[in-house]
Amino acid sequence: MHKGRLSAALKKGAIWGFIVIELIFFSIAGEYLSLSGKAFMDYDNMLLLLKQSAPIGIIAMGMSLVMINGNIDLSVGAIFAIAAIVLLDSMTWPIFSGLGDWVIPAAWLLALAAGTALGALNGLIVWKTGVDAFIVTLGAMLGYRGIVFMFNGENPTSHLNWTLVDMAEAQFLGIHTPTWFLLGVTLAIWFVMTQTVHGRNAAAIGDNREAAVNAGIRVGPHMMINFALIGFLAALSAVVFYSESGSVNPNDGRLYELWVITAVVLGGARISGGSGSAIGALGGVIAIQLLRKGLGHIGVDTSTVNLVIGLILIAVLILDRQLNVKGKGELRV
Amino acid sequence: MATLTRQQIASAAAKQGILIAFALFMIAFAFANPKFIGLDNLSSVVRSSAILGVMALGVTFVVISGNLDLSVGSMMSFSTVVVLDLHDKIGPALAIPAMFAMTLALGALIGLLVGYLKLNSLIVTLGMLSAIHGLTLSYSGGKNMDIADKAGTWFSVFGQGSALGVPMPILIFAGLAALLGVMLSKTPFGRKVYAVGGNATAATFSGVPRARTVFTCYLLSAACVAVAALIQASRSMGAQNTVGQGLELEVLAAVILGGASLMGGSGTIFKTVVGVLILGFIQNGLLLMGLQFYVQFVVTWVIIILAVWLDIAAKRGKLWSRIA
Repeated sequence: MHKGRLSAALKKGAIWGFIVIELIFFSIAGEYLSLSGKAFMDYDNMLLLLKQSAPIGIIAMGMSLVMINGNIDLSVGAIFAIAAIVLLDSMTWPIFSGLGDWVIPAAWLLALAAGTALGALNGLIVWKTGVDAFIVTLGAMLGYRGIVFMFNGENPTSHLNWTLVDMAEAQFLGIHTPTWFLLGVTLAIWFVMTQTVHGRNAAAIGDNREAAVNAGIRVGPHMMINFALIGFLAALSAVVFYSESGSVNPNDGRLYELWVITAVVLGGARISGGSGSAIGALGGVIAIQLLRKGLGHIGVDTSTVNLVIGLILIAVLILDRQLNVKGKGELRV
Repeated sequence: MATLTRQQIASAAAKQGILIAFALFMIAFAFANPKFIGLDNLSSVVRSSAILGVMALGVTFVVISGNLDLSVGSMMSFSTVVVLDLHDKIGPALAIPAMFAMTLALGALIGLLVGYLKLNSLIVTLGMLSAIHGLTLSYSGGKNMDIADKAGTWFSVFGQGSALGVPMPILIFAGLAALLGVMLSKTPFGRKVYAVGGNATAATFSGVPRARTVFTCYLLSAACVAVAALIQASRSMGAQNTVGQGLELEVLAAVILGGASLMGGSGTIFKTVVGVLILGFIQNGLLLMGLQFYVQFVVTWVIIILAVWLDIAAKRGKLWSRIA
């Protein structure tokens, strides 16, 4: 095997190797440390883990597309909150009162449209003004969050629709509804990234923008589509999560951008663009959720989770650099 | 005087755009509400901006060197919690240096990772944001920190005291701004910071120690965080674990508003101070107009994007981007 390919394979498999190590570690450590008699790798526990990964995971799929394109989106947490408010509040609007349970698809559509529009707005600004996506979405993160607070102040927005709750809590073939959404979105984004012209162009732009422009690829529309898509997915994540919980706090979704970026980077994406995959991002999401659940399982204080995840993120970065240096030979000045 | 072409005027206006906008903004608010430019109001705005401002001074160095620091908010929480906790355990005279040492150690760690190991600063400081938050929670056990004997300690001087009628936070902010301003513009170290941020490869070939310069920038940033934490702790004499949460983004917003480029190599301490004041006065002005507190976030969003947009539009000589 070629040396470069070996390191590429190592990197691709690394996240799954890490997941296996986590599973083994928490299973064994759990035998000695866990207060509950249940095994860590209990079937229901694992199903629950996938379900809990869904909100972050769905957004992470969008982020892997945005990051392979060489951009970043810090406003996803705020879009998530806005979409949640639109979802729950619109179900109480008088114009929908005659719809019965048909209010559900209407509210879903409105929430998804809101998320898509906000994401597209980010994309349009990045495209037309040429301001760096980091700054645009940093501003949007403040601005969108401001809109969330302007809606209802510090108060939560609540509305429970039992049909919706039943739908969200349902299990089809033993798997929860949110997990189905996560798997579906992963598959769709995998398809977009690897099998479509848009996906390959997006990666080309992230890898070498100048070369992509010279090859005749239009940079702007691709970036805007990706931002609209991540806005849509942030809204979808909110739709999936709040259908069940029925109450949104104005601070909900804060730091989601952080978790999402961490997951995507763990999954092999590079902040400078051009690399990353949907499957890797799914691995990253699962690895983080395993860590949170596992540390809870062995009775470690939940606050330690932040510490561990931060350190792992940095460790991955160091490892990635080492692998790269070995793969390409020393290229340093 | 040579006649100026329209382009030159336009580019000069764009260069000083943020100052001009600031002046217009102040005048408009002053007409809308005369209280706005009262001495009491001005002083209270600057005083409440001081914590953000002190942190922004340090981050300016980091940004000019071509890096980011997203960990200052959670580092500030950590330092505030530590100094409040140690205050009752070992007394303020020892607590303050101990807090500084711990904060600088965190800064040194980041400097090591970004400077010497050449890791991406965005990801490193994102990781540190999370890690330090966890550290704070472990340290405090999630409890709020409070000084037991609030009346019987001189610790309140940094946040609540005043000298010659000027509140202490303003004095600290102004003094530190002057010191760091001179350091950045008048010393060899300052020039190295610009060189490293402007073109790291060229700087390396010219014998500028990139790693050590970046390392020092993060140390400076941590030192500023420690000062900010001192003001915060001394002003409130108690704090939650999340006292600095989200500040990293406001700090960055102030630095960017001031006109520093995230690509590195440009920005000044003076401009950052202007950026900090703009944020502070916008917040204050909107409140005086009777608007909701949260409107400021939306206004900040619009202003940040407009400021950066006009800045780069002036550089490329075209309003709209060339992105096809």
